[in-house]
Amino acid sequence: MSRTLTFAKAINEAMFQAMEIDKSVICYGLGVDDPKCIFGTTAGLKEKFGHERVFDMPVSENALTGVAVGASLNGIRPVMSHQRLDFFLLAMDQLVNNAAKWFYMFGGKRSVPITIRLILGRGWGQGPQHSQNLQAWFAHIPGLKVVMPATAYDAKGLLLSAIFDDNPVIYLEHRWLHNLEGEVPEGHYRIPIGKANILKQGKDLTIVSLSYMTIEALHAIKVLESQGIHCELVDLRTVSPIDWETVLQSVKKTGRMLALDTATETLSVAGEVVAKVSMELFDALKSAPQRLALPDFPTPTSPALTKKYYKRAEDIVQTVGKMLGKRVSIEEIIAGRQSPHDVPGDWFKGPF
Amino acid sequence: MAIKVDREIKKNLLYQLMRIRIVEETIAERYSEWKMRCPTHLYTGQEAIAVGVCAALRNDDFVVSTHRSHGHYLAKGGDLKKMLAEIYGKATGCSAGKGGSMHLIDESVGFMGSTSIVGGTIPIGTGLGLSIKINRSNQISCVFFGDGATEGGVFYESINFAVLKELPVLYVCENNFYSVYSPLCVRQPAGRCISEMVKCLGIESSSGDGNDVIDVYSKALQAVDYIKREGTPFFLELPTYRWREHCGPNFDNDLGYRAYEEYCSWKERDPIVLLETQLLKQGTISQTDIEKMKMAIQQEISEAFEFAEESPFPAPEEAFKDLYS
Repeated sequence: MSRTLTFAKAINEAMFQAMEIDKSVICYGLGVDDPKCIFGTTAGLKEKFGHERVFDMPVSENALTGVAVGASLNGIRPVMSHQRLDFFLLAMDQLVNNAAKWFYMFGGKRSVPITIRLILGRGWGQGPQHSQNLQAWFAHIPGLKVVMPATAYDAKGLLLSAIFDDNPVIYLEHRWLHNLEGEVPEGHYRIPIGKANILKQGKDLTIVSLSYMTIEALHAIKVLESQGIHCELVDLRTVSPIDWETVLQSVKKTGRMLALDTATETLSVAGEVVAKVSMELFDALKSAPQRLALPDFPTPTSPALTKKYYKRAEDIVQTVGKMLGKRVSIEEIIAGRQSPHDVPGDWFKGPF
Repeated sequence: MAIKVDREIKKNLLYQLMRIRIVEETIAERYSEWKMRCPTHLYTGQEAIAVGVCAALRNDDFVVSTHRSHGHYLAKGGDLKKMLAEIYGKATGCSAGKGGSMHLIDESVGFMGSTSIVGGTIPIGTGLGLSIKINRSNQISCVFFGDGATEGGVFYESINFAVLKELPVLYVCENNFYSVYSPLCVRQPAGRCISEMVKCLGIESSSGDGNDVIDVYSKALQAVDYIKREGTPFFLELPTYRWREHCGPNFDNDLGYRAYEEYCSWKERDPIVLLETQLLKQGTISQTDIEKMKMAIQQEISEAFEFAEESPFPAPEEAFKDLYS
């Protein structure tokens, strides 16, 4: 019988397995061994592997990123965690100027095998400084790899790949996925970085998605299917480098493409997908590629203000309908909704 | 406590000082040929610090450095030919032409890299210290940086962490009183002593005469001894002076950002002349020995320049390699 785990537990299991098989793996970040253990993802690590390999840290995001780079130059594989991406912005110097450049600027002499876990917020008043989804920033920097798992299975497999990759990997995990359950094999397995996954086969339109938006897409696709529209869902899993082959193959087949993103839309990963598809497959397209992302505004805080801000399954359904020139209904989604728009489900009671 | 420095060591220190000086002055001389096509920050005047500190380190100790790194690289034992080839942008350069003057590396002698963002390698050296502690390898990680770097947050963050985790890191602040053209007085409050200030962070510190290589060497030996004995980091402040412009081959006293008299007073304390005079006076060395040293150095340097000039450029396609390991 297959085993299911939550996304957060899958991360925790990957950490255990990585630290077990390789003594050079260390894990640190604000709160890794506090009572909450970063939403449970680092629970038990310190007890098992000791305080030298698992430790809380000073509130010094920039220096501690440089420390990770420095330690990695001498054989250590640091995994650093931040409870929100927004705080990590203090570390952009060490990430962009050192981590991303080291291997290239010294002519391939020494790589930087570090993994940085950043948690992305949404809803529940996370507001302007607790919910930024800046994957495009990282993906814009040559030398970094950026992964965004959407399932528990990928969460584990991609984290193991990230840790054992010899390059700096930004591992973006969406807070709304932490409680999501899915099948997770017990053993050590890896999801290759740079490989997208076709989560659903379909002939009418390709949805290219990432991270939490993949879950909204799955809901939308189910509803669309009941209305006779069959979408293909390409979950990017890695946003740098992007698996263009899989994306282009799918769009070639369907002739239509909608790109989803958890970030603000201008200059987003979704924008890049639209650009690439337009450039490479112009003749094969039956309608203009579209993207669905957040408006180009900071995230507001009040639940009243986020109602039209975030994109959900019904927005996907309506956009797909428009692209196909078909009338579609979103009643089923609205009727089936059990929790308010600003939480991922009943399990989430805040505060962040 | 004064440390007695052996004659042979003194002679070697003089040799190292002269070698770095002549390398830098030759670069300055030939820079106008337009073959060294990258920003280049010369170390002339500051040699005693790199030479004195690196003489106190072992080959397997780590060093990281800054934009002004030629001296540190050479004093740690970095390959001269590969350094010059790098500045010339050649395939045989230590960074295969991808780094230039500001990005030198020679891991075979523990020179782990130099970078160009002020303060950028302070946490890198701290992280190397963490790796040493985890590996229990009895090495030291030494970080060179300037006075300007002590104004950035990452400096305080790194020292705080090194003290907290008791890391074997030697922080060497090369205080040359200027960040480009900005004097210390517009950047830090009057009367501050950096080496005293850092003690509040819980790090032990000392200072020395950055133009007196024997003093630098002695202070560095004591610092290394302290780090190994106590298992905690140490901070060393060494005042010195940049003779030439911040970046480039020229003198820039005509710009008026610093007093000519100030420049002259530092030049009178030329680290090479200071040591030479002492050694001649003590009879440790003769004028002929010095001439012989110079000739040997010049020979090595002209061969290295020849190597750099004759080495092939990397193919343009090489720009698209080494993105990932």
